[in-house]
Amino acid sequence: MNAPLVLNVRGLFKYFPVRQSLWDVLMHRPQKNVKAVDDVSFTLKRGEVLAVVGESGCGKTTIARTLIGLEEPTRGDILFEDQSVGQGKTVSLKELRLHAQMIFQDPYESLNPRSTVYDIVSEPLEVHGLLKNRDERMARVRAAMEDAGLRPVEDYLNRYPHELSGGQRQRVVIAGAMVLEPKLLIADEPVSMLDVSIRAEILNLLRELRQKRGVSLVFITHDLSTVAYFADRIAVMYLGRIVEMGTAHEVLTNPQHPYTKALISVIPVPNPRLRRERLILQGETPNPIDLPSGCRFHPRCPVAMERCKVEDPAYIHIGSDHQAACLLLQK
Amino acid sequence: MHNLTEFWRTFRRNKLGLLGGFLILTALLAAIFAPLLTPYHPTDVIRDANGIGMTFAPPSAHGPLGTDDAGRDVWSELVYGARISLTVGFLAGFIAMFVGSLFGITAGYFGGWIDNLLMRVTDVLLVIPDLPLMLVLVATLRQMQLNVSPLVIIILVIGLLYWTSTARLIRSQVLTIKERQFVARARAIGAGNAHIVRKHILPQIMPLIVANTVLTISTAILVESGLAFLGLGDPTKPSWGTMLNFAFDRNAVTNGAWWFYLPPGLAIVWVSLGCVLLGNVLEEMLNPRLTTHHLEGDENMISIAAGQGSD
Amino acid sequence: MSEPLLSVRHLSTEFIMPEGKVARALEDVCFDVFPGQTIGLVGESGCGKTTTLMSVMRLLPSNGRIVNGQVKFNGKDLLALSEPEMRGYRWKEMAIVFQGAMNALNPVMKVGDQIREAILLHDLMDRDAAEKRVGELLEMVGIARTRRDQYPHQYSGGMRQRAMIAMALACSPDLLFADEPTTALDVMIQAQVLELLRDIQKALGLAVVLVTHDLGVVAEVCDSVVVMYGGKVAEYGTADHIYNHASHPYTQRLLASFPDLNRPADTLASIPGTPPRLTDLPNGCRFHPRCNVKVKECETVNPKLITISEGHYAACHLCKGQETQFA
Repeated sequence: MNAPLVLNVRGLFKYFPVRQSLWDVLMHRPQKNVKAVDDVSFTLKRGEVLAVVGESGCGKTTIARTLIGLEEPTRGDILFEDQSVGQGKTVSLKELRLHAQMIFQDPYESLNPRSTVYDIVSEPLEVHGLLKNRDERMARVRAAMEDAGLRPVEDYLNRYPHELSGGQRQRVVIAGAMVLEPKLLIADEPVSMLDVSIRAEILNLLRELRQKRGVSLVFITHDLSTVAYFADRIAVMYLGRIVEMGTAHEVLTNPQHPYTKALISVIPVPNPRLRRERLILQGETPNPIDLPSGCRFHPRCPVAMERCKVEDPAYIHIGSDHQAACLLLQK
Repeated sequence: MHNLTEFWRTFRRNKLGLLGGFLILTALLAAIFAPLLTPYHPTDVIRDANGIGMTFAPPSAHGPLGTDDAGRDVWSELVYGARISLTVGFLAGFIAMFVGSLFGITAGYFGGWIDNLLMRVTDVLLVIPDLPLMLVLVATLRQMQLNVSPLVIIILVIGLLYWTSTARLIRSQVLTIKERQFVARARAIGAGNAHIVRKHILPQIMPLIVANTVLTISTAILVESGLAFLGLGDPTKPSWGTMLNFAFDRNAVTNGAWWFYLPPGLAIVWVSLGCVLLGNVLEEMLNPRLTTHHLEGDENMISIAAGQGSD
Repeated sequence: MSEPLLSVRHLSTEFIMPEGKVARALEDVCFDVFPGQTIGLVGESGCGKTTTLMSVMRLLPSNGRIVNGQVKFNGKDLLALSEPEMRGYRWKEMAIVFQGAMNALNPVMKVGDQIREAILLHDLMDRDAAEKRVGELLEMVGIARTRRDQYPHQYSGGMRQRAMIAMALACSPDLLFADEPTTALDVMIQAQVLELLRDIQKALGLAVVLVTHDLGVVAEVCDSVVVMYGGKVAEYGTADHIYNHASHPYTQRLLASFPDLNRPADTLASIPGTPPRLTDLPNGCRFHPRCNVKVKECETVNPKLITISEGHYAACHLCKGQETQFA
C-alpha cells in the first residue's frame, strides 16, 4: 500500500496539570501531571481504518480530542496531509475541520436538543460559510442524510433529537460529519451506547462510507470485537502509550504483547461451545499521574520479570507492519 | 418546547399558571385602557353640590373607591398608577435581565480571569444591602439636578442593581451546558464562540431567562413601591407606592380612610403574585426536556422499518 | 430435574402512561430457574427484561401492575403474599444487583456502613456479628477490608459493582438478580465481574438471573437463556439451543449481528428498524415489522410458545412443534 498519508502523528504528548492546593505551592511541591498521552506516534493512510483500542483511562479519547484540536498537544506534531496542524501552524484548526470531522460516543448527548435535524446536519456548512444558496445547501444536506441511511429525508428534516431512536441519532451525527465531505473521520466509541442490533447497522454504515467516499477513519473503542471485522490496523494503548500496533489480522491472530493477549482473551464469544481459557488481568489501570517505573504494564503483567521494573521497553518490530513494546520480545 | 401550540396546550392545563397570567394581563389591560375605565382624571377634584372638595369621602356613586385627602378619585389614581408601576417594573426588569444574562453568559462561557472579575463584581453587589444602597443612590442622583425624570433614575437604579442573582444563576447553567457534548461537537465542526453562544448556549438558557424576567419584574415592582413609599417616587406621576406614601403622610389611617391605602397595597400584591405564579410555572415548563425514558418514547417517535439500514 | 427454585408462568404486566395509554410491558412470560443455575434474560432496551425482574420482586413503580400470571418461589406463590410477607422474601431469599452502581450506592455513606445497613434492616444478627459479616462479604468480592470506611466516589467503577454484589449477598439469598451488571464497564473489568459472579455462584450454590443485552456475556456464563422481544418471550432454551440451534428469526439475526472474532464476516447482519413502543404494539407477532422471513399469518396472529425439542421453546409461526403446556 503506497497511498499517501492523511495523518502523521509524531511524538504526541498530552499532559493535564493537576490542580495544586495553596499548601502544595508553599511547600514547593513539584507540579504533577495526568499523563493522558505519553509519547504516541502513528500514521494513517488514505482510505485506511485505524482502530485505537484500550481500557478507559488509557488516553484514547484524549488522542481523538487532540487530533481534532479540542485539546492542544503538550508536545509533538500532528501532520495532516504532510502539513503541520495547530495554532500558528501551516494548517489552522478551522481549515483542518473542513477536512476532518468527529463522531462522538453518546448520540443522546452530542445533539443539541433544541435543534432540528436539518439545523444539525447543515450546521457545518453554515459555520464554514459554504453553499450559501439555499437549494444547493439543501441538496448537500439531503445527499449526506441519504448516505447516512436517513431515508426518506423528508421524514427526518424537521425532527428534534428526542423524537429519534439512538441509532437514528447516531446517523444524524454521521450525516453532520459527512456533509463537508471530509477526508478524515475520528469516531470515539460510536456504537458503545447503542443496542447490539443497532450497532451492526452503524458499523456497516461506517464501512460503507469508507468504501464509497474513501474517507480515512480513526476508530476509538474499548471493544476489540467490534473493530475486528473492519479495521485495517489496530493500535493497542495502555496508560497513554501504544503498546502494540500492526495490521488487524496480525494483531488479532498473532498478538505479542501480554496486554494485547489478555484483551483478546476476554472478548466474549457468542457460543458456549467455544468457551476458552480467559486471561483475566487482576486489579485496575493505575492512575496516570504516577506512572509505574520501567514498563508501565509490569504491575499487572502476568509474565513480568525483574528487568521490567526498571527498563522502559522500546518498540520491537515483529513483522513488516507489526511492532510491540515488551522486553520479552528482545532476543 | 419547539412549538407554540404545543406550549399553549401544556400551559392551558396548569391552573396556577393561568391564574398568574390572568392577574398580569388584567393589570396590563387596565394600564393601557386607563382613560376608558375611569370616570375622572386622577388629578380632578370631586366637588359636592356646594363646590367644596369632597375629602376622604367613602366609596359611593361619586367614586367607586372614594376620594383621597384632596378630594381626588382613588379608583382613577389606582388605574393610572398601574401605568407607572408597571412601566417601572417592566423596564427595570428587562434591564436587570439583560445585564444579568450578559454577565452570566460571559462569565460562564469564557471562564478564567473574566469569570473571576465579573463574579467578584457580582459578589460585591450581592453583599451590599440593597435598600440602603438604592436609597442613597436615588437620593443623591436626584440631588444632582440631572434634568431627567425621577422615574428614569429609579428604573436605572433598580435595573442596574438587581441582576446579580440572575447572573449567578445563568452562569451556573452556562457552566454545565458548555461541558455538554453537543458544544464539543460544534467546536469540532469548526464553530467559533459567537456561533456556539448564539446557536447552542442561548437556546438552552432562554427559558430560564424568560421565566426569570417575569420573576424579576415582580421584584422590581415591589422595590419601586418601597422606594416610592419612602418618598423617592415622582409625585407628579404617582405609582402605587406613591399613593401609599400619600395615604400615610396625610393620615388616611387615623381618618379611617381604608379605601385610600388598601387598594394600592392590594394592587401591588395582585401583580407581584401574578408574576411569581407565572414565572414559576414557566420555569417548570420550559425546562429543557433532555432525556426520555425508553418506555415512554415520544408521540412523534419515528419507527419506520422500511428504507432503513444498508441491507 | 429437581424442582425449580423460581417458576414464572404467564406473567403479564402493564404500565399506565401519563396520557392514560396502557403499555403492555410484559405478556405471557414463562421461565424456570433451578437451584445453582444461571439463566440469562437477553434483549434490546425496552424489551421488558428489567420489568420482568421488577415484577418478580414486586418492586414495580406505582403506575405498573401485574395483570396476570403466577410467580412461584420454592413452591410459594409470591403474587399472593401480603406486602410485609413479601418484604421477608426480598433480600433474604432473592436479592438484586442494580444497573448503574454509582446511582444505587448512597454517595454520602461509607460503603461498609451501607452493607451493614442491609444486614441490620433484616434483623438477622446483632451489630458486632454484622460488622464481622461486612468484612467477610468485602473479602468475598475481592475488596480489601481496609477499604470498608471509604465512600463510593473513592471506589472505581469495577469496585462499586463488587460492593453492590457484596450488598446483595448480605443476607445469603438463594437467588440473585443481576441487572446489566457489566454494561458500563471496560472489557477487562467486565471479565473480572463475570468471573466473580461465577465464583460466588459456585461457592454459595446460588441461582443467578443475569439481565443483559450482550449475547457474548450470556454465552460466557449462562446455562439457559430467555430471549425477549417487545415484552414477550421469543425463544427460551439451554445456551446450546440458543447459540447453536436458534429457531426464532430474532435470535438468529441477533446472533448474526454480533461481531465474532472466530468468524470475521464481510458485513454484519443488522436488524433494521427499532423495537416497538409498548404503547403502540403491532398486531400479530410483535417482531413482524422487522422480520425478514415473515409470512401472512405473522401480521395478524400472535404466535404461541411452541416446544421445538425437550426444553427448547420459541414463539414463531415458522417453528414446528407442539404447543407448550407449562405445568
